[in-house]
Amino acid sequence: MSGTNSTTEYASRVLHPEVIGDHFEGARDAEGHPLVHAEGTSKPIRERSTHEPQPRGARDRGNRPVDQVEASERFLAATEHEKAHDERLWDMRLRRDKVAHALPEWEDMRSLASQIKEHSLTHLDRYLEQFEAAAKANGVTVHWAADGAEHNRIVHDILKSRNARTLIKSKSMLTDECGFRAYMAGVGIEVVETDLGERIQQLDHEEPSHIIGPAIHKTRADVAEVFARTLGSDPDDDDILHLAHVQRETTRPLILKADAGMTGCNFAVAETGTVVVCTNEGNADLSANTPPLHIASIGIEKIIPRFEHLAVFLRLLARNAIGTPMTQYTSHFRAPRVGGELHYVIVDNGRSERLGLKEFWTSLKCIRCGACMNTCPVYRRSGGLSYGATYPGPIGIILDPTINRRKYSSLPFSSTLNGSCTNVCPVRINIHEQIFAWRKVMSEEHRLPFVKAEMMKVLGYVLARPALYRAALESADEALRLLPHFIVANPLNTWTDKGRDMPETPTQTFHSWWRQNRGRARNTP
Amino acid sequence: MRVGLFIPCYMDAFEHEAGVATLELLERLGCDVEYPVDQTCCGQPMTNTGCHQDAAAAEALFVKNFAGYDYVVAPSGSCVHQVRVNLTAIEQTAEVRAVRERTFELTEFLHDILKASEFPWAHFPHKVGIHYNCNSLRGINLASPSEIRAPFLSKPKALLEKVSGIEFVEPARWDECCGFGGTFSVFEPAVSVKMGQDKIAAHSRAGAEYIVSADSSCLLHQKGCARHIGNPIKVMHIARILNGVSA
Amino acid sequence: MSAREDILSRIRKNRPAGSHELPPLPHFAIQGGEQKLETFSRMLKAMGGQLVRSDSIPSVQAWIREQFPGAKVVCSAVPEVPGDRPLSQVRQPQDLADVDIGVVRAVLGVAESGSVLFTEAELKVNTLAYLSQHLVVLLHADAIVEGLQQAYENPAFRTAHYAVYHTGPSASADIEGVLFHGAQGVRSLTVIVDQ
Repeated sequence: MSGTNSTTEYASRVLHPEVIGDHFEGARDAEGHPLVHAEGTSKPIRERSTHEPQPRGARDRGNRPVDQVEASERFLAATEHEKAHDERLWDMRLRRDKVAHALPEWEDMRSLASQIKEHSLTHLDRYLEQFEAAAKANGVTVHWAADGAEHNRIVHDILKSRNARTLIKSKSMLTDECGFRAYMAGVGIEVVETDLGERIQQLDHEEPSHIIGPAIHKTRADVAEVFARTLGSDPDDDDILHLAHVQRETTRPLILKADAGMTGCNFAVAETGTVVVCTNEGNADLSANTPPLHIASIGIEKIIPRFEHLAVFLRLLARNAIGTPMTQYTSHFRAPRVGGELHYVIVDNGRSERLGLKEFWTSLKCIRCGACMNTCPVYRRSGGLSYGATYPGPIGIILDPTINRRKYSSLPFSSTLNGSCTNVCPVRINIHEQIFAWRKVMSEEHRLPFVKAEMMKVLGYVLARPALYRAALESADEALRLLPHFIVANPLNTWTDKGRDMPETPTQTFHSWWRQNRGRARNTP
Repeated sequence: MRVGLFIPCYMDAFEHEAGVATLELLERLGCDVEYPVDQTCCGQPMTNTGCHQDAAAAEALFVKNFAGYDYVVAPSGSCVHQVRVNLTAIEQTAEVRAVRERTFELTEFLHDILKASEFPWAHFPHKVGIHYNCNSLRGINLASPSEIRAPFLSKPKALLEKVSGIEFVEPARWDECCGFGGTFSVFEPAVSVKMGQDKIAAHSRAGAEYIVSADSSCLLHQKGCARHIGNPIKVMHIARILNGVSA
Repeated sequence: MSAREDILSRIRKNRPAGSHELPPLPHFAIQGGEQKLETFSRMLKAMGGQLVRSDSIPSVQAWIREQFPGAKVVCSAVPEVPGDRPLSQVRQPQDLADVDIGVVRAVLGVAESGSVLFTEAELKVNTLAYLSQHLVVLLHADAIVEGLQQAYENPAFRTAHYAVYHTGPSASADIEGVLFHGAQGVRSLTVIVDQ
């Protein structure tokens, strides 16, 4: 896990050496060796003299399908941001490979984790009841929320009943899904994100772009600009230790005076009613232990049966997510502390419906490691905000259509179906096959753009008729653009307008070569 | 053994030489090869876009053309993946299932079935970077992908190693997708092209003179990206090298 | 129908087909698992922590004074190490906000990851481990277990209200992947191990 001082060895392994810095800036151990635990990178990014504006995410089109393509084009146009983002996340993927493959049992553990999750999900009612009973016996107050709106109301009611006006929280994708911050702002509760990345995004009024590193798309200059605008710090001081110091010093007083704290839940252990939370900063522990009231938001799919199963998931999670054996903090909450209160809000928000989808229910196995995003070549070049959804990247593509079918009907096409995501998934979700299956759903529900659907009808018609196909191929008929000419010269003219040349004019087809040279026109007997 | 030769539409239209090389290579290795002239397409453009009903007629035609052969061989892993894994828009009769099971990509046919161990007629004294189409790599196991903990195996490399003069170079991100992705290249062109440019750059920096692949669709895309930025790197389908092309 | 009944009945209605048995779990052998202290030490260091052998220092207090000469408030949860802030007198978790050095004994250490485990019994006041600027952890070498599988056999997980693994100090690399310690929690974590 410690690297060398020189970054020159990386030159041959990176695509964009021009964004790689020549000295290591991160923390070092006592002997001076670079450390790369937490989400640390072994590849520092070069400081830039020009400040390229940060590319923003997908445009808000209300309920109309998200235009991920347009957002990806703007991300690509911000060349420094795109290259740094791509290299950073690929680095995380490589560090994952190194520590994961160091374990001979790695592939077996993925299978075990998958089986444990499939068992838990197919016996979910039983385990939820066991979890609730144990929690109640431990003095926890348990609430159930059918949807995000109900979750927000329940939390608000708890806060109101305790006269709580300020809430500190650690990272929770579930609360993002429920639109929690916007709701709380609307009812006058001050919410402070304590995770550095989430705090940056909160201050910048942006959603998180990656589930592990919410501000992973931002350069230090972007962060300095946000802090200057919202916290009054020096806009020109983009030294990372300085920025970290600004966040620590401005957030700490808010932690100390907060009325309540909220965490998410990585795993919910049914046998003891324990909520497990993993962080690198210790901010979940601060949020839970400093104020007198702790609320944990728990998605129903987080349930696992027993502690022995937790060992399997924890051995997979941090290795797969960030290339280290554990996160810095792994917290287990089983009962309120003496003099404190603990509430669980168990949330459905569409998960029980998803359980009934034959091709897609296994997406509920997800343990939110983010590895699929790190490996996805499209995500790395588009940025998480281009998906316009709480969950971006490959897992987002297969989850988001269950949250809003219309709005996310285009996302399954923001993929090359290369399958890398499936191979890195620690719980063996067949992500790329589900993306493929969602395309079929979108087509059958007539959610494809008109031009695309019509092209496919034409193609399907012609490709079923050999004589027609041959005639179209071998003529230069402008009116009938078909595969393979379809790909390179279609009405959208997209082959060439983004930086790709046309293939050379072919001399002849294989079919005509065969006729000339082999003559026989033998069909099937 | 009677082999039905399936030539993918890209190869038919843009690179018939690789189709000819495939034919000649199989014949050299003792196969009785036929090319059903009424073949068109495996259905992938439509199924790739979710339009399975639009693929059904092409899928049925494929089965009709290739029923009765001992093997169906195609110099394209992505087409073979479509046939073996996704040719499901039509009723799965015994005949349909038989054709699907017997359809092989060229490299896997040479490696697994014919167990071809030498190509004495072949000589390719060049630096070569191997590109793996993603459906070939992760869909039909042409090689071990880097995400998985497993002993390394590459069927294309195992065959190319038998060609005299050849020298291998490995690019950074050797199994990252090149961005072609079928209809992705049409509907998401900016990301597609960026991925292609990155792929070219990686092979160039590793010193490759040729990018060699068992799938010409990826190569078409990569060549287009290379030409646009004036990168002189060349592409070559593996069939041509194994059949003894001199470049 | 309450949300609870609503959710549970929908789960039952949508139950996927198939038996989906719970798999038996094998024992995972940890590389370097036999040399527990050595492996623990190496992993702790890689995760940003430090290890000091108690037989290499005169005393914990002396070591703290030498390492943190500017420290004003030492708060110890361990009877054998005296501090400036008796925990029995702490009324509120926030009262530890000015603590420079927290001292606590771990329940166990995990060789596989370099982690140490605390519960509220060791911490006395949970925020000791988070509001302190630096944490000093006492650990018996024979309390180091091989891996997480063994760690979860500890009865603390069934009895403690709060149990937490610390694996090195607080850390983040959320900005450009540049790693720093002391993101929100402690800036350093040192394990003083005695054999």
